[in-house]
Amino acid sequence: MANNYITADMVELSEFPHLAVKYNVQGVPKIIINEEHSIVGAMPEIEFAQAVLKAVGK
Amino acid sequence: MARLPGKEREQLKKIFKLTDKDVRIVMFTQEFECDYCKITRELLEEVSGLSEKIFFEVHDFMKEADLAKNYGLDKIPATILLGDRDYGIRFYGVPAGYEFTSFVEDIIDVSRRDAGLSKEVLTELSRIDQPVHIQVMISPT
Repeated sequence: MANNYITADMVELSEFPHLAVKYNVQGVPKIIINEEHSIVGAMPEIEFAQAVLKAVGK
Repeated sequence: MARLPGKEREQLKKIFKLTDKDVRIVMFTQEFECDYCKITRELLEEVSGLSEKIFFEVHDFMKEADLAKNYGLDKIPATILLGDRDYGIRFYGVPAGYEFTSFVEDIIDVSRRDAGLSKEVLTELSRIDQPVHIQVMISPT
C-alpha cells in the first residue's frame, strides 16, 4: 500500500507444494523478493524495508 | 457449509466496525472448483456477509483469463483486496488458520487506506522506483 511498485503475495504452501520446492522453503515465513532474494523468519518493519531496498540495489 | 464458527462471526462483526471505507474482495476460482477454491469462496462469502462495507466478487480463472492476467495472477485460489485502487495485495490459497488474522488486518488496513507503517518505513519505501514482487511463503503447520 505504501508504494505502487510493490506487489505483496501471501502464498499458502500446503496448497502450492511445488513452490516450497522451487524456493527451497525449509522454514516459514520465508520471504522471496523478486524471485532471487530471500529472508527467513520475521523481522522489524524497518529492517524489512531496508532488505527490500537492498534487493533492488538501493 | 459454515466455515466460521458462530463465536468467530460475532468477533469479526465487532472487528469490522473498525472499517472505514469500502473494500472489494475479488476472488478467482474456476468452474470445476478445486477443494481449496471452494473452501476459500465459502469462507469469503461468509466474511463479506459480516460487513456492509465489504463487497465480494467471484471470477473464473479460465473463462476470465484476461482479467486474471491484468491482476497478475498465476494460480488459484487467488484473493485480491481492493480499495480506491489496487494496492498489490494477493492471497494465494485459503486465507485461514494463522493467516486469517493477517487477512482480517489487511481488510481493515485497506478500508482505512493506510497500512499503519511508521513514517520512517514509509520514507524508506518511497525510494523504490521499480517493480518489487514480495512473496511471503507460509504454511499452516
